[in-house]
Amino acid sequence: MKVGIVGYGAYIPRYRIKAEEIAKQWGDDPEAIKNGLDLYEKSVPGMDEDTITISYMAAKYALQRAGIDPKEIGALYIGSESHPYAVKPSGTVVAEALGITPDVHVADFEFACKAGSEAMFVAYSHVKAGNMKYAMGIGADTSQGAPGDALEYSAAAGGAAFIFGTENIVAEVEYTYSFTTDTPDFWRREHEFYPQHAGRFTGEPAYFKHVLSCARELMKMAGATPQDFAYAVFHMPNGKFPVRAGSILGFKKEQLLTGLVVPWMGNTYSGSSPTGLTAILDEAKPGDRILMVSFGSGAGSDGFIFRVTDRILEVRDKAPKTWEQIKSDKRMYLDYGLYAKFRGKIILRPEL
Amino acid sequence: MREVAVIGVGMTKFGELWNTNLRSLFVEAALKALKDAGVDRLDSMYVGCMTSGLFAHQEHLGALMADYLGQKHLPAYRIESACASGGLAFRLGFIEVASGMSDIVLVGGVEKMHTGADVTDALSTASDSEYEAFLGITFPGLYAMIANAYMHKYRIPYKEFREKLAHVAVKNHEHGSKNPNAQFRMKITVDTVLNSTLVADPLRLMDCSPVTDGAACVVLAPVEIAKKLGKPVVKVIGSGAATSAIALAQRDDIAWLDVVEAAAKRAYDMDKITPKDIDLVELHDCFTIAEVCVLEALGFYEPGGAINAAYNGDTYIGGKLPVNTSGGLKAKGHPVGATGVAQIVEIVEQLRGNAGERQVKGAKRGLAQNMGGSGASSVVHILEVE
Amino acid sequence: MLTPRVYTEIPQRYRLEANKCKACGKVFFPPRLVCTCGSQDFEPYRLPTRGKIVTYTVVRTPGFVFKLQKPIVLAIVELEDGTRIMAQVTDLPPVVEDYSEIIKIGAEVELVFRKIFSEQEAGIHVYGYKCRLI
Repeated sequence: MKVGIVGYGAYIPRYRIKAEEIAKQWGDDPEAIKNGLDLYEKSVPGMDEDTITISYMAAKYALQRAGIDPKEIGALYIGSESHPYAVKPSGTVVAEALGITPDVHVADFEFACKAGSEAMFVAYSHVKAGNMKYAMGIGADTSQGAPGDALEYSAAAGGAAFIFGTENIVAEVEYTYSFTTDTPDFWRREHEFYPQHAGRFTGEPAYFKHVLSCARELMKMAGATPQDFAYAVFHMPNGKFPVRAGSILGFKKEQLLTGLVVPWMGNTYSGSSPTGLTAILDEAKPGDRILMVSFGSGAGSDGFIFRVTDRILEVRDKAPKTWEQIKSDKRMYLDYGLYAKFRGKIILRPEL
Repeated sequence: MREVAVIGVGMTKFGELWNTNLRSLFVEAALKALKDAGVDRLDSMYVGCMTSGLFAHQEHLGALMADYLGQKHLPAYRIESACASGGLAFRLGFIEVASGMSDIVLVGGVEKMHTGADVTDALSTASDSEYEAFLGITFPGLYAMIANAYMHKYRIPYKEFREKLAHVAVKNHEHGSKNPNAQFRMKITVDTVLNSTLVADPLRLMDCSPVTDGAACVVLAPVEIAKKLGKPVVKVIGSGAATSAIALAQRDDIAWLDVVEAAAKRAYDMDKITPKDIDLVELHDCFTIAEVCVLEALGFYEPGGAINAAYNGDTYIGGKLPVNTSGGLKAKGHPVGATGVAQIVEIVEQLRGNAGERQVKGAKRGLAQNMGGSGASSVVHILEVE
Repeated sequence: MLTPRVYTEIPQRYRLEANKCKACGKVFFPPRLVCTCGSQDFEPYRLPTRGKIVTYTVVRTPGFVFKLQKPIVLAIVELEDGTRIMAQVTDLPPVVEDYSEIIKIGAEVELVFRKIFSEQEAGIHVYGYKCRLI
């Protein structure tokens, strides 16, 4: 039974901060950041935005493209590492707001940056197993980097939503594969505000080991080589890692560019490769094959191979496109002081 | 229905009264009114107060005040209509005497606002709590929306509009400087207003009435008793009340106070009075724009015309139509529940010829208009001296 | 503790559920039990999500829960079907010299789903509708 994406959507907030502004704050060399990490600016959530509101907008756009009755959705999963509550699901608010409740299964996922692809994987599996007609997986984050830490340049906000089904498929799921080990490269303890990471260890033994292993196994399952793909998108902690991973695997830079959203919007953690995927779907032609491999610290990678159908042409214009939002002329730039206010970095207890 | 007169008035000073609590404020004003009336008994009493519960954690004011006034077993009622609580209490007291149910009725209003409570939050309960206050709007914000709508409707350039509004505050402070009970005795200029901090664009600090403690009381009696007391008989010849949509978004015209128009019509019609017959007005200038809109809704100016009233000097003591000779809510102060009754006190003193420096010469008929929320309730009274 | 009070308004705040009088066609948000025309016969109705600004203000002294976001801009929006609601205008530049240059009466807006406020540091988050300039 064919299962695939029937509707997709991404939402990116309008506020931005430039790498130069953060560098100025901490005495870093902005050119080193821009050239070394390929990060120019990142999205900043408004003070009234969070993973729940971002997920809602992405899901609303996905519904617009799918053209289905929300009540037909049997499950809604949101993966994030910045759920607004430690205990109380984000998914219930979004399901209630979209009118999907009460006949729906809801669960929140977490697995560092892989929580979004994880939600997609489970939603897809429900439909594939014949449990329900449609299921939605969302990856969204309003991630934080500690002040003065390298992660501050990339930790951004945004999200993407995918509705899986068996009819009116826009991109069929051909293969999935997950590669998981216990590798503590990046984590956040309960009650800590910012995450911690193991520096250069987050590269080869973490990101590259999992992304490359997952991509290789997935292509082996499909009997495919990089040349068989029109696009590839990997998790984007910065602009360099995914390009290097693609190169190691044998992909050309042109295959990666459309999905490479990170230089202009930052790393939205659980929304990273999912948002890249929506950018690709906004442009891909019927028949195109897409490879998507996420990465979540801890660590693991979820991989998907999608095949775009004719129907993509009918639905893609029914909601705002991803690069249009990333490069929106309504972007508003913040200085560091405003950014710190927006992100609660100087005022951790807002009631004061 | 028999004719009713106001036979006694009294009020406390209005201001930040750190040394006086809620119950003392009311009793102080009540004793003054009773002494002025010269009566030795009461049949019932009304207490107008917006929210002693949120400010002082005290409800049940009818019982509390009757008790502290030493009036055992007196029927006493707490009346609430946000900022129109006092005016509404007066109307109900008037009805009780007019109907013949009672002879001597005390009507008072009180608000103790300096209690450490969150004033913005307490006052926001006069709006639509779930669909206005909840979203972040404040009281100045609601009237600022009315101001912007007015400015847009009558196509008044911003600078001109801002200046003319400022004149309302200047006038009220001019009047307040002559009122020993007023919270603010200082005069101000247009620049004072235009340079004060923005509170809710376009309204600034000096467009807004202050936070005030105070109480005011009056004693009502049938006219035949009033005639025996040797003072000028001040009769209530008109009384009208109305309510309208509580949420500003649901009013027919944001720049028009339909609730005031409706209440006023009922008050005018009671004795076939028209605006031309009125010599002075005490109206609800919670914000400068409110004075403008109320003057139009009361029929004293055409729609879009009242913005010029203070600017042209019409509404000063000595002008065509003195408005808020007491200093209004702006300079006299606005202890919410007390305001409606304090307006009656000023009208009565003017009609008796007791208003000292503020006296409007030959004043025979006065109108008092009290309003709740952003124009969701209003009460209008017309008094006449025999 | 806000939960019980917030709970009853969820259909309105999350899904813009209103009602429409069957006798005279007037739309009420929030829904009513009796129409101003006297009828008690209603049908469910969902508000449209686009409209224009009819009046607005910049609140410089908002209540406690909004303090960090000040100033906040609120507007009365007339939606495409004529219904009017009050909503905060979000997604504005963080530092504005003159709000009248960016917010005009008649400007087109769309309704968005945002967090209205959080109940201090340990209470619930309250979500609902705001609007933003298109």
